[in-house]
Amino acid sequence: MSGASFAEMSARERLAAVVDAGSFHEWLPPSERVMSPHLAQLGVPAAFDDGVAIGRATLDGCAIFVAAQEGEFMGGGVGEVHGAKLAGLLRRALRDRPAAVVMLAESGGVRLHEANAGLIAVSEVMRALLDVRAAGIATVMLIGGANGCFGGMGIVARCADTVVMSDIARHAMSGPEVIESSHGAGEFDSRDRALVWRTTGGKHRWLTGDCDALVEDDPAAFRAAAVAALGTHRPMTLAALQQESALLQRRTDVDGDNADAFELWALLGVPDAQAVPDLDAAAVRVRRPVALAALANGGA
Amino acid sequence: MEALHFSFDGGRAPAPFAPALVGVVASGNLEVLVEPAAGTGCRIDVDTSARGFGAIWEAVLRDFHERHGLAGIAVSIHDMGATPAVVSLRLDQAVSAIRGATP
Repeated sequence: MSGASFAEMSARERLAAVVDAGSFHEWLPPSERVMSPHLAQLGVPAAFDDGVAIGRATLDGCAIFVAAQEGEFMGGGVGEVHGAKLAGLLRRALRDRPAAVVMLAESGGVRLHEANAGLIAVSEVMRALLDVRAAGIATVMLIGGANGCFGGMGIVARCADTVVMSDIARHAMSGPEVIESSHGAGEFDSRDRALVWRTTGGKHRWLTGDCDALVEDDPAAFRAAAVAALGTHRPMTLAALQQESALLQRRTDVDGDNADAFELWALLGVPDAQAVPDLDAAAVRVRRPVALAALANGGA
Repeated sequence: MEALHFSFDGGRAPAPFAPALVGVVASGNLEVLVEPAAGTGCRIDVDTSARGFGAIWEAVLRDFHERHGLAGIAVSIHDMGATPAVVSLRLDQAVSAIRGATP
């Protein structure tokens, strides 16, 4: 452990800690003032980088492209410029062919202030990310910010070859408040933090096969996981998609009556399921094989 | 939102530096971008979500200029209701950043 909390760091601090020291070269830096054209009209202060830093760097000596979203600005929401910076980075990767594109994601999804422009931007990011992955360039998502990775960015994350999460990270489509406001607190109580974390948190994502690495909330651990992912390519073939779809179906079958995560872990044979929220990442990592084997067989 | 503009004279130019950004636009926080600028003044532009605090900005920024006395720089601020103490800390952090950064 380096002592620092990845979740507590700013996007730029995380970026500097993950790539090789001093290797980051930024494109469209703050001094270029490529900012949201929409926020000023709404009387909201803009950010000089529109909440995302993009550029090239090296990681363990390999040339990579990298992006880091700032969750403190507008909840990491993807606006028109923010999304265009991400999509542009990915398209440039198709031309320049770095070893990998590493994205430090922290976002609530589309920035609601920018509505359709943000939605279109997110879909462009998805398309570009899939193109990069199909071109055989490793795509790596690092999810460890305090705001999690939700909405459109939650989908973007799952388009990558490798998803790395910390035990305190969260990743989902609809956020807890969204689910509660549309389906009621009986469906999902967004104020129950323990429930929110065991449903959307890194440990659950790891145990059910939704993320590829589970690390501690430590920049050095994220860096090591990103280095390990440099050579990981998962071609998106029809067979791979059918396999994924079958896995999801079996998970639904196991979890027939929408069980709590505790029940699902127990159904999958995870040892000492009730203790999972209190375990460190290493102790949760070793509990996955039994759960995935159970999922492969349709139950423990 | 309110846009405020200030200019202070009588400072000394710092060693050549690359633009530096500190802070984040978030509730109770601000971002400060410091860049080299032509001329011998210290220009400070503020966009703030909190209207009606011009006199306090003037006092906080005058204090900053008296502490550091910089010339030939442009300071651009995006603020979301930071308190005067936070503003002063961010400005000092920005000065540290340009003293540690090379062009």
